[in-house]
Amino acid sequence: MAKTTSQDSQATKSTTQAVKPVTMAAALNSAMRDALTEDPTVVIFGEDVGPLGGVFRITDGLTRDFGEERVWDSPLAESGIIGTAIGMAMYGLRPIVEMQFDAFSYPAFEQIVSHVAKMRNRTRGRVSLPIVIRIPTSGGIGGVEHHSDSSEAYWTHTPGLTVVTPSNPTDAYSMLREAIASDDPVIFLEPKSHYWMKEGVADQSRPALPMNKAAVVREGTDVTLLSYGPTVAVALKTAKLAEEEDLSVEVIDLRSLSPFDDETVGASVRKTSRAAVIHEAAQFGGYGAEVAARVTEREFYHLAAPILRITGADIPFPAPLLEKYYLPTPERILNALSTWEWEV
Amino acid sequence: MSLTDESRAPVELPDPEPFSLISASGKAVPAKARRGYNLPDLDILQKLYRRMVVARRWDTQVTALTRQGRLSTYPSARGQEASEIGTVTAMRETDWLFPTYRDSIAVWTRGVPTAELLSGFRGDWHCGWDPKMHRTAPQTTPLATQALHAVGFGTAAKLSKDPIAVATFIGDGATSEGDTHEAFNFAGVWQSPTVFVIQNNQFAISVPIAKQTRARLLADRAVGYGIPGYFVDGNDAAAVYTIVSEALDRARTGGGPTIIECLTYRIEPHTNSDDPSRYRGSADVEAWKAKDPIERLERYLDSKGAIDEALKESIAIESEEAATAMREAMNAEPALDPMELFEHVYSSRRPALLEQRDALAAELADSPNAEEASE
Ligand SMILES: Cc1ncc(C[n+]2csc(CCOP(=O)(O)OP(=O)(O)O)c2C)c(N)n1
Repeated sequence: MAKTTSQDSQATKSTTQAVKPVTMAAALNSAMRDALTEDPTVVIFGEDVGPLGGVFRITDGLTRDFGEERVWDSPLAESGIIGTAIGMAMYGLRPIVEMQFDAFSYPAFEQIVSHVAKMRNRTRGRVSLPIVIRIPTSGGIGGVEHHSDSSEAYWTHTPGLTVVTPSNPTDAYSMLREAIASDDPVIFLEPKSHYWMKEGVADQSRPALPMNKAAVVREGTDVTLLSYGPTVAVALKTAKLAEEEDLSVEVIDLRSLSPFDDETVGASVRKTSRAAVIHEAAQFGGYGAEVAARVTEREFYHLAAPILRITGADIPFPAPLLEKYYLPTPERILNALSTWEWEV
Repeated sequence: MSLTDESRAPVELPDPEPFSLISASGKAVPAKARRGYNLPDLDILQKLYRRMVVARRWDTQVTALTRQGRLSTYPSARGQEASEIGTVTAMRETDWLFPTYRDSIAVWTRGVPTAELLSGFRGDWHCGWDPKMHRTAPQTTPLATQALHAVGFGTAAKLSKDPIAVATFIGDGATSEGDTHEAFNFAGVWQSPTVFVIQNNQFAISVPIAKQTRARLLADRAVGYGIPGYFVDGNDAAAVYTIVSEALDRARTGGGPTIIECLTYRIEPHTNSDDPSRYRGSADVEAWKAKDPIERLERYLDSKGAIDEALKESIAIESEEAATAMREAMNAEPALDPMELFEHVYSSRRPALLEQRDALAAELADSPNAEEASE
């Protein structure tokens, strides 16, 4: 079967490519376009992903350019979408499927948790499922009920799933390419509030940071903020504000939630000796709990203070006009950091 | 009383011609094509007409205010008034409705006040009304899930010897979800007093019905569940009212569930953020506008001399009152209390949640400008 790796695809890119700003939506679209071009086994299907290009237009133009045999609208049923993607992957295709919004992946929970995640292990490695499940995730767009969930903890708690989330257009491209090329199923969480974020995409002739690595997106010496997806921007804003208080904040974009990059995070925490994790999802039993426990276990003797979690409250995601009270803000993060004993 | 009907008696496939009593041109369908049904009485037709006109005015006003940004989103039911209003007009006050996001005009016609009804789309609370007071469940967005709630509710009423019926709306796209199958099947096995009204408006956002089903009709499925199925002209309020009334009566008297497919068309975009030019031509929309549910009933009533200037005038006044009331309701700033976010998650207060509430209160007290800063 034809396979592409991100390295291959990088190599085929022209080295003189101009750096022009693109949106995350466009970067994701290019990633799928390039994968469809290079690998005839890649197919895309889901709700409204055909002529409409998806409700967020991430698959815009793909049916037109690659035909209905490669990119098509399925019946409206998430369990059906994932279940049939499993069959297609068993046959040898590489399906990319879209769940229209985070909360609408729940009808597919059984197929994802019982089959997508377990097939390789059940079959002693004989059957792999190279499926990418793209999910627009999180809040911040004033969405009505069920349109703003952050469900990463369900997936990261499921052995067998790789869970990644880009926070910028450059990563969106390279991580989606790598996810498509991966032989393991990948839950690809797209922060929907960032779809229209524009950025000069870094020179694609340089090898991209692998999808399983965290990135230090801002260096600092006093605190490490661990963020991902939509909270990277919040952490960066916090770091800026903290400058005024003479607090030097290092910001890490985790990028990969499962696996977790212990190395990059550990090195940072050993340097700063303090860490806080920031996410939109509710706190109790959330991804931050795993991060705090894991980093504490490994770096306890380097820590000067307990690891904090600044997250959504333990309530259902609020209606649009109330979401600003729920989402973590730089002010809330700074407040939380000020609860630490600073004179050691 | 046994819960299940073990007779497993066969039911018939529905007639593939949509059942209609008043044609698109506003004439009574000839008696031999009425399949033994009579037209509803004129006072009922007048009521249907009045309600559809007023509901359309209301719906148009909501769409306009949504364009102005007063609501965060609104899925209009323009063009579907006969299915929406025909169904709820057939219901008794004691019956229950399990609606979707599409069915605001039906919920409004059941008497839920505008401000409460639209709080979800405006964005101040997910469901603004008391479902028990209005016997109307919250509007449901996760597709087809409400159909199962309806079946359970109806079954509970049956077990309690409570002679009510339950109606639920389902979109054509939502019939592809597994929950639709489960709802039909449970309803058949338990003979739940539930009437499923499938509004086949022919699109699920951009996806046409032919990509949802290979079946000739959605109503054909009824046979597979041992449930009576009907295929109805969903732009004919008289037909919808007649078939839904009969189904609700059957449900209330122990006859079990019914599946009714109403063939109609969504005239507006899916919601205000949709771009229908990507998936359908305006010629189709125009063709369906010619089958408008309100115009045809108006023509029929006119031909019977059952619609005079006084009636038109009073309907116009009622429509404008509805529009004004809804404008006022939506232009008033909603009461937002962030502390309430922590009030209703559980039946009793949890200390951990109160801590989070107090932390938010302190944050807001500390930095009254925090709201602006975070925007
Ligand atoms: C489980 C689930 N999946 C996806 C969606 C997103 N979505 C909202 S409306 C819609 C189309 C529904 O079409 P249809 O059932 O025909 O009803 P209509 O909107 O036409 O009234 C989709 C895909 C959802 N709300 N719930």
